[in-house]
Amino acid sequence: MPPAASAHYRIERKTPASYAAAGAACVLVAVLAAIPGFAGRNVVEELIFVYYMLALAQCWNLLAGYAGLVSIGQQAFVGLGGYLLFALTIIAGLDPLVAILLCGLIAAAFALPTALVVFRLRGAYFAIGTWVVAEVYRLGFAQFKRLGGGTGTSLGPEITNQVFGIEWIKSLFDVRTPAARDIISYWVALALAAATLVLVYLILRSRRGLALGAIRDSEDAAESVGVDYFRVKLGIYVITAVATGMIGALIYLQNARISPDAAFSVLNWTAYVIFIVVIGGIGTIEGPIVGTLVFYLMQRYLASFGAWYLIVLGALAIAVMLFAPKGLWGYAAGRYGLALFPIRRRLLVKNQD
Amino acid sequence: MNVWADALIQGILLGGLYALFAAGLSLIFGIMRLVNLAHGDLIVLAAFVILTIAAWLGLDPFAAALAALPIMFMAGFALQHLLLNRTLGRDLLPPLLVTFGLSIIIENGLLELFSADSQRLRAGSIETASVSLGGGVAVGVIPLLTLASAIGVVLALNLVFYRTSLGRAFRATADDLEIAQLMGIDFSRIFSVAMGLAFIVVTIAALYLGMRANFDPTIGPERLLYAFEAVIVGGLGSFWGTLCGGIIIGVAQTIGAQLDPEWQILAGHLAFLVVLVLRPRGLFPRATD
Amino acid sequence: MALLQTCGLKAYYGDFQALYGIDTSLDAGETLAIIGANGAGKSTYLKAIAGLIRGPAESVWFEGRPIGAAPAAAIMRLGIALVPEGRRLFPSLTVEENLLVGRYGRSTAGPWSLAAIYTLFPALKARRNGASATLSGGEQQMAAIGRALISNPRVLLCDEISLGLAPIVVRDLYDALAHIKAAGTSVVLVEQDIVQATKVSDRIYCFQEGRLSLAGRPAELSRDQMHRAYFGS
Repeated sequence: MPPAASAHYRIERKTPASYAAAGAACVLVAVLAAIPGFAGRNVVEELIFVYYMLALAQCWNLLAGYAGLVSIGQQAFVGLGGYLLFALTIIAGLDPLVAILLCGLIAAAFALPTALVVFRLRGAYFAIGTWVVAEVYRLGFAQFKRLGGGTGTSLGPEITNQVFGIEWIKSLFDVRTPAARDIISYWVALALAAATLVLVYLILRSRRGLALGAIRDSEDAAESVGVDYFRVKLGIYVITAVATGMIGALIYLQNARISPDAAFSVLNWTAYVIFIVVIGGIGTIEGPIVGTLVFYLMQRYLASFGAWYLIVLGALAIAVMLFAPKGLWGYAAGRYGLALFPIRRRLLVKNQD
Repeated sequence: MNVWADALIQGILLGGLYALFAAGLSLIFGIMRLVNLAHGDLIVLAAFVILTIAAWLGLDPFAAALAALPIMFMAGFALQHLLLNRTLGRDLLPPLLVTFGLSIIIENGLLELFSADSQRLRAGSIETASVSLGGGVAVGVIPLLTLASAIGVVLALNLVFYRTSLGRAFRATADDLEIAQLMGIDFSRIFSVAMGLAFIVVTIAALYLGMRANFDPTIGPERLLYAFEAVIVGGLGSFWGTLCGGIIIGVAQTIGAQLDPEWQILAGHLAFLVVLVLRPRGLFPRATD
Repeated sequence: MALLQTCGLKAYYGDFQALYGIDTSLDAGETLAIIGANGAGKSTYLKAIAGLIRGPAESVWFEGRPIGAAPAAAIMRLGIALVPEGRRLFPSLTVEENLLVGRYGRSTAGPWSLAAIYTLFPALKARRNGASATLSGGEQQMAAIGRALISNPRVLLCDEISLGLAPIVVRDLYDALAHIKAAGTSVVLVEQDIVQATKVSDRIYCFQEGRLSLAGRPAELSRDQMHRAYFGS
């Protein structure tokens, strides 16, 4: 009998390791959520930083690593989220947590027309185009005198101390107001990081995810098999803008001070994020996690070197791009066949007997 | 004299500077489809090179720039040969990320070497010299020289591209890399020569950048954006288009500044976005491409 | 000694092997014809000689030197010029610029100058300043041959120059090839048309699925042999 008739084909995404990983992830999130109960404020604040950088990295990875949309302008949505948070709380008087949710929605409303403009540029031109747009956002928000114009403004304690649930946290953990505020930010950051991760995972597992792979490999080829790449790319762009906007809102709730130059900083919100994704491994979900940890350690121990730190960071990114273009995770995964987040489909051929 | 006419004239002259920023970017993209994100920082780097040469040898900025040209040509050649040629291929990311990394390295390297202080290329009396155009309008000699140099650079680049054997090799390589090799064209060498030429243009741009206004290590990325906007507005593949694109961005900025000084940069960016929406291929696109 | 030789030439596109050890030999002044069906590896063979596909140095020899590992630009400078499949003129260059760029890497003196090429292909002279895209298919093929010829190569590799052209144009091109051969250039022709190939060549190699299926002089080979070698049996 010819082999084709006796063989069963099965397409699998999951590996045994991935089941274990899913279980471990749930336990991990539960443990992380409990950290403020026994860790100090420093740890909580540093973890907030880790979570939001991870979430930003996952977003950029989805854009650049999967949809081929290499944006250098994601600071537009970080800054937008931050400014919207200030506007919604200071001017509209909303609760910050409600404002964060709204920031996501409004970011989508901004992202749609922005996409229609920048999508006219392709490839590397798209990259610089998004940067120009981010500059337009920066210069535009600098015109808002109510929010401090070019110098920026602060969130008063009357707002940051009135976050929903803060009294409950204070009594639960027996902490003062600033620490309670951090704990809320911590949970929101953890939720955003976890949600971004799950979102990216679900998108990549879906049929849209397959379409993304096709687009990344070749737009023309993708179109010839009926993938409407414009709609898929638009969808990804808007979804990442929503997530990035909400992360931005959280970052500036935590900072409690905003200025156009900081909120729309290409270095803080895009260059570092690109560094994380490239070092960790672009085009994998695990890569940004690895990259975030590396970045956190470098930031913690080397940031005091100032300009030299950035020079090392730039050189490291170049070296990885040239010598290990799949990043640390890609290198390790290729060597040991690891996959914690099973988005690849594996073709299994099994004989019937 | 009408302030708007004055703004228009100043804008055209400023556009000359932006066209100089853009010409190098346009040259590199035209030949090897490389978008160099470090372009703005390279201009700033060149300005510091001129500054250093001028200080060491006691030269005026023009002579110092002239002395910098061969150095910068070799630097560009080496950068392409040793680093950027390794990034070229089907994948978009490596050249983008490597030049982005380079941009961060250059900016912070300059900060480390020269501090964040503002610098200026001092050229003596010519800095304040101006020519009267009649009707109460006077234009500075340096801005006028900037525009003249931009036109000169565009003429020279066109001459190289369309009248020399090297230019034929540039265009052949841009058209079809595989077949170009069959003509005996060593494309990695051609790319390195092209980057060397771009560095020469960058040095000329840096000369005027440094004489017209103060500069410091951090202003590179913004120059990259102006250059990029000029290239896109002008339409890919045409140096004259790039010159016009630079002038359009320059005029948009001075008109915007006339409305409100805070709107200068924003107006330039908005002009770019408007052109992008209305004429995505730019105002003067080349027929093929 | 042979001018150009391949010894066990193998070629790969990624994991796919296109040539499985090809031995051919070309003497100075000779014309070889490489025949075979689509996908037999004929174009791959030319690309491997021209350096567009590289392998071990010893798999291709030219004038007694191993060149199998050399890059295309270096091989062209040694005097091996390829007329690629599908003409592949440079669209942003004029007709004359397309010819001139052909001697970028090698401008050895010899019978072929711009004037000589215009004499060989008068149609090109009339269109010399036009864009190459405005040429007819036959004229494009002439320009592609001229572009390869202008460097005065010792060996001219031609990949399916008659593909998609009217019979009368093909006849003109083969007349031109006779002139080229008479001027002393050795030629390797890849051709699907057996009749055409037997007419002009001194030696024929037939490829089948990446292997040599037949080799010999046209007079020694029967039509039947060639058909079998061409299509398989």
